[in-house]
Amino acid sequence: MNSSMLFNVTTFAYLLSTVVFFAFLASKNKSVGLAGSLIAYAGLAAQTVAIALRWKESYDMGVGHAPMSNLYESIVFFSWTIILLFVYIDIRYKYRVVGAFVVPFALLAMAWAQLGMNTGIEPLVPALQSNWLLYHVITCFLGYAAFAVACGISIMYLIKTAIEGTSTSAQAGGLMSLFPPLKVLDDLNYRSIMIGFPLLTLGIITGAAWANYAWGTYWSWDPKETWSLIVWFVYAAFLHARITKGWAGKRTAWLSVIGFAATIFCYLGVNLLLSGLHSYGGSAK
Amino acid sequence: MATTDKSFATSVWDLFCSLKLTLSLLISLALTSIIGTILPQGALPPEYVATISSAKLQIYTKLGFFDMYHSWWFIALLYVFSLNLVSCSIKRLPHVFKFISEPTLVLGEGARNSFSLKKELKFSGDTEQWKERLTDFLAKEFSAPVITEQSGDYHLFAQKTAWCRLGVYVVHLSVLVIFIGAIIGSLAGYKGYVTIVEGASVKAFQKQNGEQMPLGFEVLCEKFNVDFYTTGAPKEFRSILTVLENGKPVPGYSKVKVIVNEPMTYKGITFYQSSYGQASEGSEHFISVTPRNGGAVEKLTVREGVPVTLMDGTLFKLLEATQEVRQFAPGFSGPAARIEVTPKGAAPLTFIAFKNFPEVNAQRGDALIFGYEGSNAKQYTGLQVAKDPGVWVVWIGCTLMVIGIFVAFFMSHKRIWVIVTKGHARIYGNASKNQAAFQMQFEDISEKFQEVKI
Ligand code: HEM
Repeated sequence: MNSSMLFNVTTFAYLLSTVVFFAFLASKNKSVGLAGSLIAYAGLAAQTVAIALRWKESYDMGVGHAPMSNLYESIVFFSWTIILLFVYIDIRYKYRVVGAFVVPFALLAMAWAQLGMNTGIEPLVPALQSNWLLYHVITCFLGYAAFAVACGISIMYLIKTAIEGTSTSAQAGGLMSLFPPLKVLDDLNYRSIMIGFPLLTLGIITGAAWANYAWGTYWSWDPKETWSLIVWFVYAAFLHARITKGWAGKRTAWLSVIGFAATIFCYLGVNLLLSGLHSYGGSAK
Repeated sequence: MATTDKSFATSVWDLFCSLKLTLSLLISLALTSIIGTILPQGALPPEYVATISSAKLQIYTKLGFFDMYHSWWFIALLYVFSLNLVSCSIKRLPHVFKFISEPTLVLGEGARNSFSLKKELKFSGDTEQWKERLTDFLAKEFSAPVITEQSGDYHLFAQKTAWCRLGVYVVHLSVLVIFIGAIIGSLAGYKGYVTIVEGASVKAFQKQNGEQMPLGFEVLCEKFNVDFYTTGAPKEFRSILTVLENGKPVPGYSKVKVIVNEPMTYKGITFYQSSYGQASEGSEHFISVTPRNGGAVEKLTVREGVPVTLMDGTLFKLLEATQEVRQFAPGFSGPAARIEVTPKGAAPLTFIAFKNFPEVNAQRGDALIFGYEGSNAKQYTGLQVAKDPGVWVVWIGCTLMVIGIFVAFFMSHKRIWVIVTKGHARIYGNASKNQAAFQMQFEDISEKFQEVKI
């Protein structure tokens, strides 16, 4: 068993989990929902082992480094953190249906990584040989994953309001009865961003610290840095709108979706479309 | 007149205190920042200039789009943002301090009804005695209360971590601290670049604007090396540097290893490994020429780009050379040279001659076999030079920001009131954040509360 086989198992598990969750939406059968969750948990377990194995394999190859050094590895880690957060929400809040809107993000990430990218373990170029890489990537991606979860929850919110209208009277039966109440979705959105924002802040700060340590400039307005700041501004606006202007519901749900779109651009758009210091991941080869 | 003046001043003040302005500024900063990630910044590459019309070029240049993060309007946005932050804090901080230092000791009727967290305990007996008992209870289960007597009733108030209401202001302050650090850096710091040939030393470096600036000491490059992975990708660039004062090595700064991600700092000036190259100027390359049909080996000493005529009339020119060919020709390693050979009366041929692979050189079917024997060329190391006295202020700001955000998001100001009246006592609770967690704590406390006995 090697890491790349396990990554395929992971991708397949997330695919199956997504399908089962959609079946859950259609059937509203509780045991189908449970199956969706369990398959996602199994995928997470496989992926955890696979990441650890890949780490070990890089040492066996003599180019040992944490598996977070290129676009492929970062996408894998991203999908891992998304499922980790889903497990937390599933266990803590018991809103299983969230899986139908969150697991697909992890599936898309894994499918793209496995099918469209060079999966080989590469040695680290000198610029990346630093422990800062680990701190920086972990904080950034935990933040991105929290924003992905917030986005999934906001989409649920928007679907639910669109179908039910703004009336709070829950219609009996209906698919919507599966969804958590609007108030809970709104609160979960805020909570996810409350986790994501500090992590993104730490991610930007560790990036700045590393840049300063490695080449003497903590901020050089390189496109990646600038986009991470743009994302940060959007979520800062979200927090202020919500806490002080009392924005809630639809408007904050849209802000959360916009914030995640900016996050995705920061993560992928900048690597694939713009050039700069962070082109490290290269593109899909 | 006076009133309109006042109202004007007030409305400016209100504008600067308003969160509408904050939201507009945050969104404006986010949107305008995009420009600089799409248009090239700084010195424009000629290929780019060729692709846009001159009218556009002029407008963009006027608007500062090609150095937008330093343009007057972007800096102005940042200043307005800072003013917004300061005014907002000046307006709110006194209220927050008052809120913390003078808490609501007595809950009004309205507040009592609006609280969702409340419980009642019925009792018979002396109110005074129950007050004592419940004071002890609160002190044990939560925190010691303040007691206020009002028309025969006793109001017990207890709170925890009231100071965490200041977390948000620590975050806001930290943004200003970071700005101050950046301003100090831009006024008192500098950045530049220097190249040092192996074995040589420098006393000055070139600033970003092209100006030479003295270091105030001397830096000697003892040695420079590059290591490669077996794939040919570079593994490590390594300069061995020594700092000299008055021509003598400074203790502790002799033969310091500087690699990417491990810089050297002396007297506040930091040297970062950033590039390297071949100091081609004046160096000589050694070439061997072996006739295929036997005969004397000819040894040449040539300079890059300077043609030489061989004994048989062949014109020879060394185009470029490297001491490590791996990155250009995977599968090969060691020194190599790209050479141009023009046999008499024939067209020029260009090929690579390797030092470590003479058999490859020999595989060419020409009459002469060219080998590269290396050169006396020296490598130079390229170092980024920077001094930023504001960087510590920036890190203090970042630390404050992280602490502030943590306090603002994850700590909560918890308050409990107990009102003791004849015949019953009521308990009320409220938390500024994380209501769900507090609710559990409150339920736990209020259950015990209902079981209090004398
Ligand atoms: C980039 C800069 C800023 C950052 C990082 C920031 C950060 C924060 C954070 C983390 C909170 C807490 C939000 C929550 O608890 O959900 C907050 C609240 C707040 N911010 Fe800012 N902020 C910034 C700029 C501003 C500005 C310019 C103003 C000026 C008007 C402002 C006014 C406020 C107010 C009034 C609150 C609510 C305080 C309360 O809970 O009573 N912020 N800010």
